[in-house]
Amino acid sequence: MVSTPQVVGDTLPGADLNAPLLEVEDLKVEFRVRGKRVPAVRSASFTLERGRTLAVVGESGSGKSVTSQAVMGILDSPPAYITGGEVRLQGVDLLKQNEETRRTVRGNHIAIVFQDALSALNPLWSVGFQIGELFRVHRGTGRAEAKKRAIELLDLVGIPDAKNRVGHYPHQFSGGMRQRVMIAMALALDPEVLIADEPTTALDVTVQAQIMRLLKSIQEERHMGLILITHDLGVVADVADDVAVMYAGEVVERAGIRDAFKRPAHPYSKALLRAIPRVDTLGQELEVIAGLPPNPASLPTGCPFHPRCKAAEDRCAEEAPPLAAVAEGHTSRCHFAMEVYRDER
Amino acid sequence: MNAELGQADSATEPVLEATDLVKHFPIQRGIVVKRTVGRVQAVDGVDLRLHAGQTLGVVGESGCGKSTLAKLLVGLETPTSGSIKVLGREIGNLSSRRIRPVRRDIQLVFQDPYTSLNPRMTVGDIIGEPFEIHPNVVPKRERAGEVKDLLDMVGLSPDHINRYPHQFSGGQRQRIGIARALALRPQVLVCDEPVSALDVSIQGQVINLLKRLQAELGLAYVFIAHDLSVVRHIADEVAVMYLGKVVERGTGPQIYDHPRHPYTQALLSAVPVPDPDLRGHREEIILQGDVPSPINPPSGCRFRTRCWKAEEQCAEVVPTLQVGDNGTHPTACFFAEERDVTHAVK
Repeated sequence: MVSTPQVVGDTLPGADLNAPLLEVEDLKVEFRVRGKRVPAVRSASFTLERGRTLAVVGESGSGKSVTSQAVMGILDSPPAYITGGEVRLQGVDLLKQNEETRRTVRGNHIAIVFQDALSALNPLWSVGFQIGELFRVHRGTGRAEAKKRAIELLDLVGIPDAKNRVGHYPHQFSGGMRQRVMIAMALALDPEVLIADEPTTALDVTVQAQIMRLLKSIQEERHMGLILITHDLGVVADVADDVAVMYAGEVVERAGIRDAFKRPAHPYSKALLRAIPRVDTLGQELEVIAGLPPNPASLPTGCPFHPRCKAAEDRCAEEAPPLAAVAEGHTSRCHFAMEVYRDER
Repeated sequence: MNAELGQADSATEPVLEATDLVKHFPIQRGIVVKRTVGRVQAVDGVDLRLHAGQTLGVVGESGCGKSTLAKLLVGLETPTSGSIKVLGREIGNLSSRRIRPVRRDIQLVFQDPYTSLNPRMTVGDIIGEPFEIHPNVVPKRERAGEVKDLLDMVGLSPDHINRYPHQFSGGQRQRIGIARALALRPQVLVCDEPVSALDVSIQGQVINLLKRLQAELGLAYVFIAHDLSVVRHIADEVAVMYLGKVVERGTGPQIYDHPRHPYTQALLSAVPVPDPDLRGHREEIILQGDVPSPINPPSGCRFRTRCWKAEEQCAEVVPTLQVGDNGTHPTACFFAEERDVTHAVK
């Protein structure tokens, strides 16, 4: 990679330190394929503060990964285009910045850990070289120094014998160790925001526990904001402070962790919580959400969840519900949010 | 072996029984002259017994041999040694031609509903194909009706008989896979990770379908999965596998509420529970490192390299499944001791 080494200060130009760390407001992303426009994200809004963990929960196709790629600025365009909304990092709207600024933001301020570490790492370079590249490109560090930093990082993420492992190639690592390498890369430039996109989905459960513990301890140590993208509500209950539930490209509910699990205000979140088997209780028949998640190319009218919703009425098929507050810090996109919240519906 | 899985009432014959099942895959080097340089010990001495209408859950992490076990049970792999009996008939040493009639009674549901259905065949052809292979089961002119009945049974519209797999969602495709497996009216279904490729809202639908079919048809299931929460909801008995061996087995409550093997305990404690109130109130056992390679498994107890209880004895002697002093369920550990890791204890 050829690029002029540039030294970047710790703060983004124009940043307001009193503003929330990261605010996503009404973000819209669409895919343009063969003349057709398919909305992948129709309205994503959430806020992340320093030292907090926000879980973005949703099933496949709900738009959670596209949202994180838009925030990171790594959408493949074409076919994906951001068509509206703002992504503010300490008050600075990233979507209005030029590509050069965005490049410095990536890694320095916002970093991402992908689900599939094997395809996210380049198989032709040693992991040490790939981690060191961040220092060489972003900070203009020399090779020897970059390698030394890479060893420190590998050590930090719990890779044994980091001194020798630094010269190894991705295929020489196990799945869990590769995910640690990914985390080391994400942490290299000391970002304020870390996005973890299904970081443990490909891993075995005992390794998942190791990785989640590592992420959590580093986040607390560095006082970072962590966005955890996942479909696993168990992991969410274990680590998150706040929850945003996505369905059909929209954030349909935002709540603090306890409210999200104990007093859901959206029928989808509520049904989802009842549909998951738990290891600690022997459930009777699992409750089922009828039907299928909608196809983004032909969404139902009104509320996109209404064909599967037990609480739906005629109005739901006609009118899309707005995001309404049911309590302090708890919003839901449902016509009957308050009744669902009070468990009356 | 004095402790077999299965109901204690040995009056009824088990529908599926495996004894000391071993499958080693040779690793060969050389192009013209092949020599064996090692063996992957995928399954190494597994016993199991399954009765009609029961579900045996097999859990373990990747590389523990659970998928190889599935293939052995339905006769897709030939065991290196040991015996497999389906309805009392030995299939372990049969040739693929002679195994065919037996396979009618034991069918496999695959993990990935996207690659296990032929995209060029209609759903009717996919579900009806078993009848071509076993022509005696259903007379030719009744087959179309039978396929429609099967579609109806798994909750799909019989009108969809002429559609192709790509016109269905993942959950619906898994239903097609189940309908195909049921076509020959088998007594045993081996389900290899049947819901792990599906979204959570769809998983429940498929699990409930499997439960309903079991109640209606008296099927026995071998349910192989890595997700312990799912297994808890469907299995009557559970076998925990680690590197080709069963390390603990018992009824659902025995395994989940009273686990005795350190590996089972670590596995259970690592499963997150979707309840924020339990955060920090459950036992946490974080294992070090990854599962060792099955090519060169550790001597003695295979779990000893990651076990906090390991002593010298564990490296020298292979622990066998032993019933505890007070008659508890069988565990392959010298230091087996009950510990509740599933529920809040702190």
